Amino acid sequence: MLKKKDKAKGYRLDLLICAGTGCVSNRSFVVKEALEKEIARRGLQDEVRVIATGCQGFCERGPIVIAQPDAIFYQRVTEKDVPYLVEEHLIKGRPAKKLMYVPEKDALPIPKMSDIGFFKHQRLIVLRNRGRLDPENIEEYIAFDGYQAVQKVLTLMKPEQVIAEIKKSGLRGRGGAGFLTGVKWELCRASTDHPKYIICNGDEGDPGAFMDRSVLEADPHSVIEGMLIGAYAIGTQKGFIYVRKEYPLAVKRVHIALKQAIEYGLLGEDILGTGFNFSIDVVQGAGAFVCGEETALISAIEGKVGRPRTRPPYPVEKGLWGKPTNINNVETWANIPVIILRGADWFASLGTEKSKGTKIFSLVGKINNTGLVEVPMGIKLREIIFDIGGGIPNDKEFKAVQTGGPSGGCVPKEHLELPIDYESLSAVGSMMGSGGMIVMDEDICMVDVARYFLNFTLQESCGKCVPCRLGTKQMVEILNRIVEGNGKEDDIELLEEIGKNVKLASLCGLGQTAPNPVLTTIRYFKNEYIAHIKEKKCPALVCKALISYIIDPDLCTGCVACAKNCPTKAISGEPRKVHKIDQTKCIKCGICLTVCPPKFNAVKKVTPGVV
Amino acid sequence: MQKVNKIIRQYKEREIDLIQVLHNIQNEYSYLPKDILEYISKALRMPLSKIYSIATFYAAFSLTPRGKHLCTVCLGTACHVRGAPAVLNRLEEKLGIKSGETTEDSQFTLETVNCLGACALAPIVVIDGEYHGQTTVDKVDKLLEKYAKEKR
Repeated sequence: MLKKKDKAKGYRLDLLICAGTGCVSNRSFVVKEALEKEIARRGLQDEVRVIATGCQGFCERGPIVIAQPDAIFYQRVTEKDVPYLVEEHLIKGRPAKKLMYVPEKDALPIPKMSDIGFFKHQRLIVLRNRGRLDPENIEEYIAFDGYQAVQKVLTLMKPEQVIAEIKKSGLRGRGGAGFLTGVKWELCRASTDHPKYIICNGDEGDPGAFMDRSVLEADPHSVIEGMLIGAYAIGTQKGFIYVRKEYPLAVKRVHIALKQAIEYGLLGEDILGTGFNFSIDVVQGAGAFVCGEETALISAIEGKVGRPRTRPPYPVEKGLWGKPTNINNVETWANIPVIILRGADWFASLGTEKSKGTKIFSLVGKINNTGLVEVPMGIKLREIIFDIGGGIPNDKEFKAVQTGGPSGGCVPKEHLELPIDYESLSAVGSMMGSGGMIVMDEDICMVDVARYFLNFTLQESCGKCVPCRLGTKQMVEILNRIVEGNGKEDDIELLEEIGKNVKLASLCGLGQTAPNPVLTTIRYFKNEYIAHIKEKKCPALVCKALISYIIDPDLCTGCVACAKNCPTKAISGEPRKVHKIDQTKCIKCGICLTVCPPKFNAVKKVTPGVV
Repeated sequence: MQKVNKIIRQYKEREIDLIQVLHNIQNEYSYLPKDILEYISKALRMPLSKIYSIATFYAAFSLTPRGKHLCTVCLGTACHVRGAPAVLNRLEEKLGIKSGETTEDSQFTLETVNCLGACALAPIVVIDGEYHGQTTVDKVDKLLEKYAKEKR
């Protein structure tokens, strides 16, 4: 019924060009068009095919082109590079050296994708199809064993067996809380009320996390297949995929995938002739972080204001329209088909004792290799940041990594050897969350970061419960006065006290975790808080009120770049003479520092006591 | 009102999902005009206060007309640590408006977003759906000039 299709039939070579949000923004579609034109011009259109794939993960180096079958990796390909690439790789049959990846501090380009550090240490399960298929073509997913798990489940397994298999695999929710997926399914199946619903939570609100976007863009069918299996196991005919509005490309690809799945008889009535019915609707979010919380999300799907409610009752008993509802995150759903096909034992053999399988992390911030990485649970933080991430740019020193988004915390460099799983991250005061990893170097002020996150939760707090609504407000006000140089002696203790109470007394996960970024930065970087409060200085030179810009008279050559660009005309000086900043007029916008040519490097940031 | 009726009809078949209706209205008009919200309230027999509660709760909806160019600054964490606040300050200063406002000549609306999930390009500014990555304070000026030229 479902047959593998000989996908590369007739073509000797495939050029896979990344069409994820990152690469598209870097004009990958322009490159694709140029490639197709050039290939046609050289008369190779019957031998070489250009395929737009989903996100390849190595977003830093986009647009990315991978030449198959040899898996040669080309990076930062622009339309100008196209004739060269076609000439070298396609006509002369040798890899195009100039477009290869060269690691930092290395001179030798690496041709093969699998030899590049960024890819070498990864273990792809959820992202198994990344960059190798066209997400807008269901046949390609089918060619890579797609929808075989559904076939197996519908024809050979009872719902209870499916649940037992997922339980045995040890898969835990990838949305953050880490609840056992199989147990959740079992609870929902056991509920006697009908109808039941399942939901895919694609409201990936954590800033700096984009794995769900990537999965939906690169491999939407894996999520649909996971949901089909879940629907059969739980006993429901209706599912919803809730996607953020901020992800237009993901929304588009999900719609295309659903349409194709219906055409192929994989969604709708009497699926694969087994009498099983299931359909999926897409619901677009409207920009509210709290809707990632399951009860708020349910409320949003019902078309209401997305405010959470107290649990219990949990959604598995009373969810959407008061009916039993099972909610899993995008990454969790995408794990399901592989577990069914390859078996629970295989899955459970990966990872740590309590955290099985792999996890996708988005590596962003002050890191050389920004991108998405999928690694086995239990991998050390150092391996992720240095072996895969390639370390910190510009020889700066690694300071901390923030995990778990606004609900998580900062993990300092003392914990670089920490094996990453749900428990170990909680033990150091952070959390797994959705898997965002924001890497910070010495130029980042931890007080400013804490204030950033708290400001975020303050704005996103739905306002229903008092501890979250007012507690975060008070904490932000205290942090504001600290960064403005007006901090008081006992502000640190006050922050800790309010923070603990907000955690204790808030209604939902948003408030219960909101103080984490503040509490962990106080725990690990207390001296920075003290420097702001007592010495009125910002050691990382970030907080505007505590720094000033000056021009080093020994380095300034009077090129007038700064004076020309200064918005408040605070810089005076004649051409070819030393310039000076009038501190009373300076608004500390920093543009003088940006425009001062690196060869002079005359503009400096200073804070009291540090020059 | 024909367009509005069409949008409403699409959702009549299942449970009325107000959020999706408002999305469609905003796609059509670029914001949620008051008279249309009043019209929906009557057509759906739904209190206007309920519609307003949704329209004001979700960040994606705007109750005021937007300018010709929509300029969105990403303030996600990755953008924040790579200098997005300075970029936003520069835009506010250049346009003479705060985030959430529209210039007097109705050319630019400035908004912020929490994360676009394209962190490799941080800091990101999106103008009229076009993503501009690695934006710096001095690049902002050129960007604005480019889009301002398109005004008619």
